[in-house]
Amino acid sequence: MSTPDNTVEQLANREYKWGFVSDIESDSLPPGLSEEVVRWISAKKNEPEFMLEWRLKAYRHWLTLTEPTWAKVEYPPIDYQTICYFSAPKSATDAPQSLDEVDPELLRTYEKLGIPLAEQKMLAGVAVDAVFDSVSVATTFREKLGEMGIIFCSFSEAVVQHPKLVRKWLGSVVPHTDNFYAALNSAVFSDGSFVYIPKGVRCPMELSTYFRINAANTGQFERTLIVAEEGSYVSYLEGCTAPMRDENQLHAAVVELVALDDATIKYSTVQNWYPGDKDGKGGIYNFVTKRGKCQGKRSKITWTQVETGSAITWKYPGCILMGDDSVGEFYSVALTNNHQQADTGTKMIHIGKNTRSTIISKGISAGLGQNTYRGQVKVLKGAEGARNFSQCDSMLLGDKCGAHTFPYIDVNNPTATLEHEATTSKIGEDQLFYCQQRGISTEDAINMIVNGFCKEVFSKLPMEFAVEAQKLLAVSLEDSVG
Amino acid sequence: MKGKETMLEIKNLRAGVEGQEILRGIDFAVRPGEVHAIMGPNGSGKSTLAGVLAGRDSYEVTGGSVRYLGHDLLEMAPEERAREGLFMAFQYPVEIPGVSTVNFLKAAVNAQRAHRGEEELDAMDFLGLLREKMKLVHMDDALLKRSVNEGFSGGEKKRNEIFQMAVLAPKLGILDETDSGLDIDALKIVAEGVNTLRGADRGFVVITHYQRLLDYIVPDFVHVLAEGRIVRSGDRQLALELEDKGYAWLDTTQPTS
Repeated sequence: MSTPDNTVEQLANREYKWGFVSDIESDSLPPGLSEEVVRWISAKKNEPEFMLEWRLKAYRHWLTLTEPTWAKVEYPPIDYQTICYFSAPKSATDAPQSLDEVDPELLRTYEKLGIPLAEQKMLAGVAVDAVFDSVSVATTFREKLGEMGIIFCSFSEAVVQHPKLVRKWLGSVVPHTDNFYAALNSAVFSDGSFVYIPKGVRCPMELSTYFRINAANTGQFERTLIVAEEGSYVSYLEGCTAPMRDENQLHAAVVELVALDDATIKYSTVQNWYPGDKDGKGGIYNFVTKRGKCQGKRSKITWTQVETGSAITWKYPGCILMGDDSVGEFYSVALTNNHQQADTGTKMIHIGKNTRSTIISKGISAGLGQNTYRGQVKVLKGAEGARNFSQCDSMLLGDKCGAHTFPYIDVNNPTATLEHEATTSKIGEDQLFYCQQRGISTEDAINMIVNGFCKEVFSKLPMEFAVEAQKLLAVSLEDSVG
Repeated sequence: MKGKETMLEIKNLRAGVEGQEILRGIDFAVRPGEVHAIMGPNGSGKSTLAGVLAGRDSYEVTGGSVRYLGHDLLEMAPEERAREGLFMAFQYPVEIPGVSTVNFLKAAVNAQRAHRGEEELDAMDFLGLLREKMKLVHMDDALLKRSVNEGFSGGEKKRNEIFQMAVLAPKLGILDETDSGLDIDALKIVAEGVNTLRGADRGFVVITHYQRLLDYIVPDFVHVLAEGRIVRSGDRQLALELEDKGYAWLDTTQPTS
């Protein structure tokens, strides 16, 4: 492990280097995917041999797979040879020179979310001299964590500086063979985050990707790995409520979490990628594989997600409950408006004895949005005394949207207890009128009712994230009821 | 009370739902300080009248006019009516899961204050206001934190309506069968709450099936509604007479107008 001072220095150098965009830009790859491309990416990132081998194995396996079609989403076929698998940072000349050149609609949204001007520039990709204002913040922050033995860095750094840890845990939860998108990600992933919490350490602050250096260009094939050693605790926040400017349509991220004995990982996401315009043009395809392994006894993993963006969401954060008495939780709000489609849910695999899982899913559909909950609860033979509680609620705004629920239950141990509740409600004329009769506008009334509907999930988010999530729902629901 | 300007003036109001006419020409006027009771059997159009006045859009107004404090009431959105001081206590108060009564009322109070060009109430003042008004209807503090009407008993829901009315301090209160489903103790509490809100500047339209409520909320005027028309108007005596003889008695009598 490097000393914190070293890391800072390297970081500083690196950031500086990013300032000179011309040489990096010349390194951009033409579209297309081949073994050469995979080798090139690995070489470009100065990766050790084992990483290249791993990527190649994944790539060769990916060639044997076909795209899954079981999700309840529709989109034109993706030509994987037209995608660029290594995009260098946008050059300063290419990027908008000031906020005046940025889509006013985007700026309006930023304003509504109350994002400071400097951050607006960063999010909109405006060319700025200082790459990130948050660098100094992030640096002091990482020094502090470093003293406790916590590693929090970009995936690329981790591969170079902590190869043993990466080698030990990479692919241990989501193997390269897992699914089509996970295999693709394993072959070509660009960057992401790496977190390691040593034994018995309670991470004193929420770790946020927002503070991660070099976050701007890791979007397309992101890879995150979080390892919590025995008795440790970490809360990780992914994403940002502000819609990021992003040129890549296909996103296929992989997130792996590992919790050892008595460790707890809380992973919270607010996803607000570009959903496409009102007619369904453009928008991000978000095909994500997220999984946590409760490897240790009494370990606990909690997924909380608020999904409001993307044209298509395909995402099932799950937990493998291996350790006896381990706990998995999934709290989700997924909102689809206009032409958005979401097929999301979770997988809870009970392997250890007395393992427990809770699933609370809230789907909101507006406009022509289609919202599907797809969840699997599987209790293996040895999972004596396993328990699951699932609750899937759907809310419809208007009469052109849809809500669908596909719960799969597979129980192989007679001592298991499973409960499943599901409701579908239309945002009632009566509820709206009641609010209006008290002087509350239709828009505020809808926000209030929808936020009330999502309360159980929001209450699981870290405080400031929850406030942002509420604002975000309000913005996403704008004009959804005529 | 004479000389005061009319606050609500209903003229030949006709309305219905899905092409079926329910109100067939309603006329009456309310001045500040007055309490008007609207009585009538089931299906006479009582709730339709309340719904039309509050602006429920499932009703279609087919004729007539309603003036309210100088405005054409029928042209106003429901929330504008509310902000101009028109309050309706619902016959069936609606549940809003996940939204606490405190937050709900805060949104309502502040929307109305904004409309009047007043600043938002700060948290302490607002809570103070709530505490004070809760006493009026003997409401438990704990209900404030619970979701709006969720899991409330019938009596609690109705008391919550009167409580909200007290907090919002409207100019015109419309009570839509607030007495239905209440036992006598709850009825007394609700009536007491309404009576404390009576004042020289505030008008009430109290819609009820039973005269019983009018023992506690004593009206200045009583109108009897049958088949979408006001067939009789009078004072409190009319209500007592009705109780005595039943609604069937109306069939044998001539309309007043």
